[in-house]
Amino acid sequence: MFDLIQRLFGKDSAASKDVAKERLRLVLVHDRVNTSPQFMEGLKDDMIKVISNYMDINEKTMEVHFAQTENSVALVANIPVNRMKRGKMLKE
Amino acid sequence: MGEVIVVTSGKGGVGKTTTTANLGTGFALQGKKVVLVDADIGLRNLDVVMGLENRIVYDLVDVVEGNCRLKQALIRDKRYESLYLLPAAQTRDKNAVNPDQMKELCAELSQEFEIVIIDCPAGIEQGFKNAIAGADRAIIVTTPEVSAVRDADRIIGLLESEGKHNPKLIINRIRPNMVKKGDMMDIDDIIEILAIDLLGIIPEDEYIIISTNRGEPAVTNPVAAASTAYKNIVRRLLGENIPFMKIEQNDGFFSRLKKVFNF
Repeated sequence: MFDLIQRLFGKDSAASKDVAKERLRLVLVHDRVNTSPQFMEGLKDDMIKVISNYMDINEKTMEVHFAQTENSVALVANIPVNRMKRGKMLKE
Repeated sequence: MGEVIVVTSGKGGVGKTTTTANLGTGFALQGKKVVLVDADIGLRNLDVVMGLENRIVYDLVDVVEGNCRLKQALIRDKRYESLYLLPAAQTRDKNAVNPDQMKELCAELSQEFEIVIIDCPAGIEQGFKNAIAGADRAIIVTTPEVSAVRDADRIIGLLESEGKHNPKLIINRIRPNMVKKGDMMDIDDIIEILAIDLLGIIPEDEYIIISTNRGEPAVTNPVAAASTAYKNIVRRLLGENIPFMKIEQNDGFFSRLKKVFNF
């Protein structure tokens, strides 16, 4: 009933287009990752490059993937660290 | 050398064929020499939308297989001096041609015509690959629905991986009333999601159905809203700077009164 009144006054509690947009945003994160096989590999390689400046990591056992909750997507990386590099503690 | 433009979408039923027919006719109305190529082999429809279905003798596969010369398969639209159609084969399938053959065909057509427009089949398989092979640029048609926008995003990715950069977007079947109520994604929403350049907006228009019934592209109608939208797109493609249509409906007191009393 309240919804009907709101509609009568031209106010919609949850505009369905916002729902559409949010759902699209999330589904496209997955689509874009899954449809490009080079994407994850490229991302992994670049992460290894950057992180290796600071520490020795175990590239073989590292894991990078996307995790989805109700309304967000997170990039989750599990990267085992072997040892820190001392030199990088100082500013270059 | 003419320009080869492919009209594609991923999802079916969003208006690729209607768009191809209207843009082609629109170019012809501007005096350009244009040929429309139906690349939807096995499910040809551009011929009926154009009203040229009774004049087909040879088709695209006949040309590719050398059963006829290219000129023999081209159907000239008698209503518009410079408009031609190369129909698809109806009794064959997508595998009857390959991307190299399509490239060759497009190159040959672009010698003769200023504009070559290819109507791409739905999907992302062989037919899609054939249709885009010879194209210089791509136009993506979508509608303001999650399924169509999602497929458009996939197509943008596939075009990119085939080296076809900067496709342009046509958003078809916008309903101003629904956009206003917040029940349809608007232009900005879709552009934000897909992150490509907008080429045009086509409002939902019953006249499209009427004109398709008759086999006369809507763009020839002097007053239909969709007609104006298609004409604008043609002029943009020819390099003119035409502002986008305002899709918001007039929301003055009188139009609200009209809505209330439904007249």
